[in-house]
Amino acid sequence: MRKLYLFLLLAFLILLVLPKVMSSYALGIFIMIFFYAYLGQSWNILTGYTGVISLGHSLYVGIGAYMTYLLTLTLGLPPWIGMWIGGICAGAVGLVIGFFGFRFGLKGVYFVLLTISFAEIGRLIVLHLKVFGSFQGLFITPHFSAVNFQFKDNVPYYYIALGYVVFSLIVVRLLERSKIGRYMVALREEEEAAESLGVDVFKYKMIAIFISAFMTSLAGAFYTNYLYYLHPSTMMSMAFSIEIILRPIIGGMGTVLGPVIGSFLITPLAEISRTYFAKAGYEGLHLVIYGFLLVAVVLFFPRGVISYMKKALSPLLSGEKSH
Amino acid sequence: MPLLELKKVSKNFGGLKAVSQVSFSLEKGEILGIIGPNGAGKTTLFNTLTGFYKPDEGEIWFEGEKLIDLKPHQICKKGMVRTFQIVKPFLELTTLDNVMIAALNRTKHIHEATEKALRTIEMVGLKDKAQTLATGLTLPHRKRLELARALATEPKLLLLDEVMAGLTPTEVDELIRLLKEINRQGITILLIEHVMRGVMALSQRVIVLNYGEKIAEGVPEEVVKNRQVIDAYLGEEFRNA
Repeated sequence: MRKLYLFLLLAFLILLVLPKVMSSYALGIFIMIFFYAYLGQSWNILTGYTGVISLGHSLYVGIGAYMTYLLTLTLGLPPWIGMWIGGICAGAVGLVIGFFGFRFGLKGVYFVLLTISFAEIGRLIVLHLKVFGSFQGLFITPHFSAVNFQFKDNVPYYYIALGYVVFSLIVVRLLERSKIGRYMVALREEEEAAESLGVDVFKYKMIAIFISAFMTSLAGAFYTNYLYYLHPSTMMSMAFSIEIILRPIIGGMGTVLGPVIGSFLITPLAEISRTYFAKAGYEGLHLVIYGFLLVAVVLFFPRGVISYMKKALSPLLSGEKSH
Repeated sequence: MPLLELKKVSKNFGGLKAVSQVSFSLEKGEILGIIGPNGAGKTTLFNTLTGFYKPDEGEIWFEGEKLIDLKPHQICKKGMVRTFQIVKPFLELTTLDNVMIAALNRTKHIHEATEKALRTIEMVGLKDKAQTLATGLTLPHRKRLELARALATEPKLLLLDEVMAGLTPTEVDELIRLLKEINRQGITILLIEHVMRGVMALSQRVIVLNYGEKIAEGVPEEVVKNRQVIDAYLGEEFRNA
């Protein structure tokens, strides 16, 4: 375990100095790696740890993004404050979805359907309301300053995104070791047994969906202030929900490092292929590649790449308790 | 005041009376056996007691309190816990973590729960399997794990659903000894069991269910001589015994 922490510390230090040696384009790719790792981690709390499958997490990103932006626009609240309010709103929406799902015992595909429905409702509302920019979307005029979460070049975004990832790693690691986290895993493994051993199924699933939705929406604030353009068909779409879940699935669900590893594997590929294929006029081709990749991972690493890495690296990390 | 009292409890599934007008009571410190043929409603009775099903009729009293609309986790908190006939371990977790999660029923501190779990694991004889994932446990070990988890919740009443099924005679003997020890520590036991040797060795009283109804109740030696019980469940070899 200590070796693993040392390795992570080393990796962190390298990531800290990386902006000194990298081009802005490369930094942009790293920002997306961090961004998706963070989103994957947030989703991982609900699906990887608790076993409640959500395919509508783009909804929470949308809530975070629009809330942050609108609070800035109307009340002049800096995004740094607005994002937490957005988080609470997303958490509340998560609780509503959870209430319908868990109160009435929806499981498996039925709950998935519920999450998709809510996400679609959210997308359609945003798409048709003027305040959200309607069909044109919202273009945000940046006012560069640290308080506004808006910067001229990629370096600050790089560090902020890295901060997001570290924050999510700490949250999930603490959660994993807490009573809440243990109960969440018990629910994933065998709900009836957990229930008969004193686990309040409804309560702990509600806690899981709240934390997950809250954290997911914080990424919305980043999205807004990094891309300066909000449109529901990109960031509140089904496709975006799939983007969120791919990395933890590929890296390893229900593990702290799985989403990060998954993102380091997939995001560069996605970013580079997207740019390349779009230039060549094959927009969306990278999604086809995704499809094949996912099939390959499911076939060869059904528990995610991390379980394979653990085996391969176990001599290096010896002394670590296999989990 | 009995620890557990059932007053004319019924549970129907459509037209089927799975449990029909069953009444009995259980004193503190007692071991009561429930026997009966497959489909007699034994497991349904457990599910009704532990809040997985709502009884259609009748009352369930636990420690002088009527249980109304409680969920399984609330019933566990009150001190009634059950094991499952088809064991349900948390497969991806170690034996220790399985039991530790159960121990969290009475504490919120992981450290405390772990200590409690270690003691419980030792008691049921799974100490050398503490770090083994539940997927890697054999059925007899999984049955012990099921028992250890139930115990770790610190119950007053332990409901055991066929914990002896599938065990060798030696393992049954060990388990009988273990259950007696658990009972001596003050835990009341209600057990569903087909292994008659276990029932006879442990139970102070036995209840016989058939088609959801209680057809006999009494000390084991008498019940096994009861004509109705022999016809419904035990069969010819007990007639001449």
